[in-house]
Amino acid sequence: MYKIVSKTQLSAVVWEMVVEAPLLASHCAPGQFLIVKKDEAGERIPLTICDYDAEKGTVTIVFQPIGVSTLKFLELEAGDSFMDVVGPLGKPSDILSMSEEELHTKKFLFVAGGVGTAPVYPQVKWLHERGIDADVIIGTRTHDLLFYEDKMKEVAGHVYVTTDDGSYMHKGVVTSVIDELVAEGRHYDHCVAIGPMIMMKFCTLTTKKYGIPTIVSMNPIMVDGTGMCGACRLTVGDEVKFACVDGPEFDGFKINWNECMKRSQMYKTQEGEAKLAYLEGASHHGGCGNC
Amino acid sequence: MADMLKKVPVREQDPKVRATNFEEVCYGYNEEEAVAEAERCLNCKNPKCVQGCPVGIHINEFISHVKDRDYAGAYQVISLSSSLPAICGRVCPQETQCEGKCIRGIKGEAVSIGKLERFVADWARENGIKPEPAKEKNGHKVAVVGSGPAGLTCAGDLAKMGYDVTIYEALHKAGGVLSYGIPEFRLPKDKVVAKEVEGVEGLGVRIETDTIIGRTVSVDELMTKMGYEAVFIGSGAGLPRFMNIPGETANGVFSANEYLTRNNLMKAFRDDYDTPIYKGKKVVVVGGGNVAMDAARTALRLGAEVHLVYRRSEAELPARAEEVHHAREEGIIFDLLTNPVEILTDENDSVRGIRVIKMELGEPDASGRRRPVPVEGSEYEMECDAVIMSLGTSPNPLISSTTVGLDVNKRKCIIADEADGKTTKDGVYAGGDAVTGAATVILAMGAGKAGARGIDAFIKSKEA
Ligand SMILES: Cc1cc2nc3c(=O)[nH]c(=O)nc-3n(C[C@H](O)[C@H](O)[C@H](O)COP(=O)(O)OP(=O)(O)OC[C@H]3O[C@@H](n4cnc5c(N)ncnc54)[C@H](O)[C@@H]3O)c2cc1C
Ligand SMILES: Cc1cc2nc3c(=O)[nH]c(=O)nc-3n(C[C@H](O)[C@H](O)[C@H](O)COP(=O)(O)OP(=O)(O)OC[C@H]3O[C@@H](n4cnc5c(N)ncnc54)[C@H](O)[C@@H]3O)c2cc1C
Ligand code: SF4
Ligand code: SF4
Ligand code: FES
Repeated sequence: MYKIVSKTQLSAVVWEMVVEAPLLASHCAPGQFLIVKKDEAGERIPLTICDYDAEKGTVTIVFQPIGVSTLKFLELEAGDSFMDVVGPLGKPSDILSMSEEELHTKKFLFVAGGVGTAPVYPQVKWLHERGIDADVIIGTRTHDLLFYEDKMKEVAGHVYVTTDDGSYMHKGVVTSVIDELVAEGRHYDHCVAIGPMIMMKFCTLTTKKYGIPTIVSMNPIMVDGTGMCGACRLTVGDEVKFACVDGPEFDGFKINWNECMKRSQMYKTQEGEAKLAYLEGASHHGGCGNC
Repeated sequence: MADMLKKVPVREQDPKVRATNFEEVCYGYNEEEAVAEAERCLNCKNPKCVQGCPVGIHINEFISHVKDRDYAGAYQVISLSSSLPAICGRVCPQETQCEGKCIRGIKGEAVSIGKLERFVADWARENGIKPEPAKEKNGHKVAVVGSGPAGLTCAGDLAKMGYDVTIYEALHKAGGVLSYGIPEFRLPKDKVVAKEVEGVEGLGVRIETDTIIGRTVSVDELMTKMGYEAVFIGSGAGLPRFMNIPGETANGVFSANEYLTRNNLMKAFRDDYDTPIYKGKKVVVVGGGNVAMDAARTALRLGAEVHLVYRRSEAELPARAEEVHHAREEGIIFDLLTNPVEILTDENDSVRGIRVIKMELGEPDASGRRRPVPVEGSEYEMECDAVIMSLGTSPNPLISSTTVGLDVNKRKCIIADEADGKTTKDGVYAGGDAVTGAATVILAMGAGKAGARGIDAFIKSKEA
């Protein structure tokens, strides 16, 4: 059992939990993820490791409840436990494989979309600890959905916030901020984009225009997370890769986005039905037309 | 007098009924049936059956005990050579092993050794007979990686010798393929697999699930920081193969591993579990081994019409004969001498069919089986909404790629000595599918036993 040390609501739709998992906490690096299973009947849900403290033996997860499994996580409070937490999974972030020299000669841009702000944080923090201040763009639909703004400012160079509806700071999508920064004459050598697939796709279309190599963190449907099932496969360039062991980070210019987006819809109808049944409990009688 | 040329028939669930549930297909022998079947054994002086068993169970001896209704005695005989008889009795390919060599098989049907073994093991479990834990601990710590048949057996044997053993398992449940791969209707999870695992724990073995060696901790750390004097690697061959044909990343194409894991480990077939599974209407399973049969019969039970596409002929089907027989009875449609060339998709990138080509058998290949060759111009399309690829598996490189000094061969299998499991790294032993590539439960179990002997000798030699 893996005890939840704290539970915090970060925005209207995003929650953070700090969980005890000592072996995991002392063996992980930015870019990696873990798998959580709430109880015996639960699904195995992949979540990025958003922070970790080897001394305290804890890892931080940040999630947006969207279906039955993530909604059920909210039933747990600090002091309760997850039945299973396993990791670290996947490869550490691309930036960890760069030499000190390379790191210091490069100018980094991070682009975070929605809940993707959380997985961007440990990478920016990791760079900060090495004396490198990266620029960060955080985009959300509206002000209520923004989180980690202050936390990010502590470890980043510039933080640019943009909201689709203009309710806070800049108005517009993240790609418009990239365009503006480049127009102002800023130069970037390396971009990391993490967020919804559609946002990552458009991000890469923009950075490609400016010739900025861009790494994205893919989040396909997964089961085991160790390379055993192939559910997470995706096409990168002309090769089929397993995101859980070959990724989750890949060269954004080589991703077949349409395929990935369609694959993530695989269980949409079933998951939708399960969500309704969960939300409506015993009163769910199938009159909704979704069943 | 019963017909001594024929096996005492075993009671099974009616094929029409079982095609709609996940209960065990075969009920096994009751006492009277078991004794009657045991009577057919000639207790040969030179029992050929024993040579056919990879771990050399003294088959004639245990069957003699069954004849005398001394089931505890029978269990003791089996236990000398095997630690998982309830499982092997159910899943061994008996027709090519013990029963394939039985003298009775020359004129009539072989003695039903597997069913008798299962009877004895089930009887022992139901009557609370368990292996004895070691009287004294010897103070030496050993780590075992993986809780499949190889790991469980190695851990159990070492614990019986007095070692302090911990198994590290990547998944959230112990059992390896026995838990995630082989379906409930062939190998009940709670009744059989969980009991075998509990038996090993009863010997004092600790099982740490959710721990991936090579990620959560490395093999080197186990030996340096965590105080284990030796490590046995039984990590299996879990990586699925695909065909690399067009359309293979479409929605509705699964590896058998994914399909079976969702259903068996995650219990997607039950309404009270959260993991979803795709229930196709018409499913094509590609392959002809046990894994393909299991995937096909699972899809059938979830409500689909199922076609099994296999590129060779009936005679070459690598699955156990009983599984092929059961699959046919249940209504799986076999499209033999047929091979996929492309998966067809609709505008949503979902499977709408599969294009296949007819095959014919040519000259024997390296495996000694006749090589299937495509018949030119014989391509045709089959409609379907799901394709399950069951083309074999290979070992996961997670451990070998993170352990310096642990050598693998061309096929990514860990190099280990067959007799004692010794690898190229001092103190590290290995066995089972991780070493041989996908094989059988009994071979993995045998390798676990060999590894335990090797580790015992290694640790004792350091003491001396
Ligand atoms: C490596 C990795 C890291 C991740 N990190 C985080 C994280 O830090 N925070 C976070 O909130 N989420 C993260 N995710 C996504 C998270 O795993 C999914 O949101 C979760 O599985 C949804 O489960 P559910 O049962 O609540 O929803 P479901 O009922 O399974 O799904 C609801 C809807 O979301 C879609 N969906 C399901 N799984 C995914 C997915 N993996 N990606 C996109 N859409 C999906 C379904 O098609 C469905 O329409 C990550 C995924 C991966 C693979
Ligand atoms: C669907 C299916 C049907 C089969 N049917 C039959 C049959 O009828 N008869 C028969 O004899 N054989 C059958 N087999 C083959 C048989 O199950 C295997 O040969 C056998 O299970 C191999 O045992 P093993 O202990 O070597 O590995 P496995 O059973 O594969 O167990 C390995 C374990 O190690 C764990 N592991 C892997 N990597 C790590 C790591 N890095 N850290 C920690 N743990 C790790 C895995 O999660 C797994 O639990 C079948 C296989 C499948 C898949
Ligand atoms: S272990 Fe397998 S091969 Fe050996 S006797 Fe039992 S069923 Fe036959
Ligand atoms: S070969 Fe057949 S008849 Fe002879 S001892 Fe073995 S099981 Fe009995
Ligand atoms: S999640 Fe199963 S192989 Fe990646």
